[in-house]
Amino acid sequence: MPTLTRWFIKTALAYLALALLLGLGQALRPLGLTPDWLGAFGPVYFHLFMVGWMTQLIFGVAHWMFPKASPEHPRGDERVMWLVYGLLNVGLALRAVSEPFVAAHFAFGWLLATAALLQWLAGLGAAWSLWGRVKVK
Amino acid sequence: MPRLSAWLTRTALAYLAAGFTFGSLLLLHKGVSIAGALWRLLPLHVESVLIGWTLQLALGVAYWILPRHLRGAPRGAEHPAWAAYVLLNLGVLLVLAGAWLGAANLTLAGRVCELVAVTIFGALAWPRVKTWGH
Repeated sequence: MPTLTRWFIKTALAYLALALLLGLGQALRPLGLTPDWLGAFGPVYFHLFMVGWMTQLIFGVAHWMFPKASPEHPRGDERVMWLVYGLLNVGLALRAVSEPFVAAHFAFGWLLATAALLQWLAGLGAAWSLWGRVKVK
Repeated sequence: MPRLSAWLTRTALAYLAAGFTFGSLLLLHKGVSIAGALWRLLPLHVESVLIGWTLQLALGVAYWILPRHLRGAPRGAEHPAWAAYVLLNLGVLLVLAGAWLGAANLTLAGRVCELVAVTIFGALAWPRVKTWGH
């Protein structure tokens, strides 16, 4: 398994744990066992799961298992997918940190805008990189 | 990978790009308030990433890697599988149009197309879910 795939999968597993912990925290709110401000983390919970876990796992496995780009460079220009890894995770982390504050006070809006840009670039980068690996045999 | 898987995968990647674009515009608007009308992109974002990207990629990879039949066409009849691909994407486009135009009948037609497409895929995949050598 390529090094980058290991990073994708292990980071995805960490996000899965984080998402489920957040989900548990939200489920305990009605019982008064966790603070009310956790309610602002609804979209964060969903995106930690869908982007941090699921999409990241797909990127990692696709990078590993998709048909080889060429005999010399089986996974194409790997720097692109490393960049995707960085952009996706920095973007998602920025979102997780700033979105609840934006929802509550409309502060940190520029952080959320940066998170949007980084994740957008990650999505386009992954689509572009993996596109070249889709081959008919 | 077989031609149909390549089409499913590439279409899924196109929806990945579209879905991330819609989502990023929504998040950007959340951060720096651009235009309230951008919230109309929310159902397009959800449909693109859930059905257009994730489900379609899963179907494409399943069609490629599930155990093949030992006799006859290795991945079963191809025409129904292609029909399912067309129906799935017609369904996604109808749902996207329905959400954008606020036309519930288009959304309904799209959901029916998606259901039929997934039923066809399921029927084709079912006998391929087996132990090697059987």
